Amino acid sequence: MSQVLRALFAPGFFASGPVRAALVVGAVVALVTGVVGVFTVIRGQAFAGHALGEVGSAGGSAAFLGGANPLWGYMGIAVVAAGLIELLGLHRPRARDVATGLVLGAGLGLAALFLYLDTTSSSTTGVSVTILFGSLFAVSQPMLPSIVALSAVALVVIASCYRMLLLSSLSPDLAAARGVPVRAVAIAYLVVMAVAVSLAAETIGTILATALLIGPPATALRLTKRPGGAMAVAGLVGVAAVWIGIVLAYDSFYWPPVDHGWPVSFFVVALVFAFYLAGGAVAALGRARRDRGRGAALRLETSTCADAHGQAA
Amino acid sequence: MFSGFMVDTWIAASMVAVIAGVVGFFVVLRGSAFVAHAIPHGSFGGAAGAVLIGANPIAGLGIFAVGGALGIGWLSRRGRHDVATALALVLMLGLGALFLSFSVEYAEAIYSLLFGEVLGVPADDLLPMAGLGLACILAIAILYRPLLLTAITPEVAEARGVRAGRIETGFLLVVALAATMTVPVVGVLLMFSLMIGPAATARSFTDSPLQAIGLSVAVALAIVWFAIAVSYLTNLPVGFFVGTLGAVSYGCGRGWAAWRRGRTVALAA
Repeated sequence: MSQVLRALFAPGFFASGPVRAALVVGAVVALVTGVVGVFTVIRGQAFAGHALGEVGSAGGSAAFLGGANPLWGYMGIAVVAAGLIELLGLHRPRARDVATGLVLGAGLGLAALFLYLDTTSSSTTGVSVTILFGSLFAVSQPMLPSIVALSAVALVVIASCYRMLLLSSLSPDLAAARGVPVRAVAIAYLVVMAVAVSLAAETIGTILATALLIGPPATALRLTKRPGGAMAVAGLVGVAAVWIGIVLAYDSFYWPPVDHGWPVSFFVVALVFAFYLAGGAVAALGRARRDRGRGAALRLETSTCADAHGQAA
Repeated sequence: MFSGFMVDTWIAASMVAVIAGVVGFFVVLRGSAFVAHAIPHGSFGGAAGAVLIGANPIAGLGIFAVGGALGIGWLSRRGRHDVATALALVLMLGLGALFLSFSVEYAEAIYSLLFGEVLGVPADDLLPMAGLGLACILAIAILYRPLLLTAITPEVAEARGVRAGRIETGFLLVVALAATMTVPVVGVLLMFSLMIGPAATARSFTDSPLQAIGLSVAVALAIVWFAIAVSYLTNLPVGFFVGTLGAVSYGCGRGWAAWRRGRTVALAA
């Protein structure tokens, strides 16, 4: 047993400070993005979710330049971007698409500027790679309380307007007819998404932020249609992907071709993608079985009908 | 600014602007901004892989762009389109992160791949770029009517027997081609804003497709030329100017549309 454990977890796994911080932060972020992401997928706002994470990197690099904490940079600019997207893309889904694109383009332009200034002012070319790709193992431990607190705030907001949010996501017309302030709910949701995504982007990188916001919720929604259940499944899938990814990344220090570890982002993304495909396969299997069951019931029904006809004749 | 090696940059940038303007019109019309962002951005992973094995980055970029386009097409047949796009994007970027971690010493080259480099266009790249650009224009010309039809009136397109799925895959491949040819100048991140900004601006000035395409190309050319000139003078990254100018030009377009609406209302009254 202990040999199996040793083969799975390379020596020093649980004793390492960065690993423990990564496990905690990874789980918190995966839970929040999983819960928030269910609505992102239902509302068809994957693009906005991704864009807010990317735009946040402009704030992150600006904060780095000014010596401030990057988390506040990410969050500030992501919330502003969320407001702009909502303001510009008022009516139709296509206008929203273009508005998101324009905000993303402008944000990336700013990111290019700040990253350039970062690299020229401090001559550390690694900065751009760290900001753009992030690393779970580089989570700064003093930030842990802020991360947990912000996650809690995001979850509380989601929980407190859960019914309004759900109704206006599934059927905006019905929600408006029932007196739900659809527009206000949309703005509130976009801000919560900005907080969740920028939290994720700052701690684990923009790639993982998008992966965790979309992948686990989409997987969950393939498996169950109930939103509450989907949130639970999404959180579980996200945490599983992050934790398995961390274990693999830690183990990969002993793998070829180089004598340093493989990036944890790669493992987590690959796992998220594999879960999504597996979720699709499971859902297809379930559908096929239901269809076969329904077919059998139908056959039974027609044969008894035929029998009855025969007897009547 | 116009001497020697800079001539190649001006030619390359102009080709990029024309392609971005034409393809961008359909991106905006069809609401495919996410795909137009995801394919160039994701194909960056292919460039990182090509750098790792010592191949030409453009080849790696092309392979990832086409693979990504086909992958998005395949995934969105079984699920939501935006979810498929997001997942394909992060998968390609995850592979890019893996390749990057094996070749840390190329951080500088990778930065210019992401955000563009005015002085970085080798003369050898011009011919393949022109070839890819021509292929793009040709494909758009062939697909012109079905692309418009499936975007504006999907019902009519269906009644006429146009297969929307195939047209969409074809369009994704065109975006992939366009993404591949633009790397050396504006970078994978900013190609995208060059597709959205000018086309969205053009749409607020005119409703006619051909006029909008022409205007979109003109705006894209103006933005790229201005961005290169200023970037050359100030040494700031060209992507910054392209990204922000795209948004500024769109703001002008919206302002113009609002002003014209206001005037027609005033005239009618």
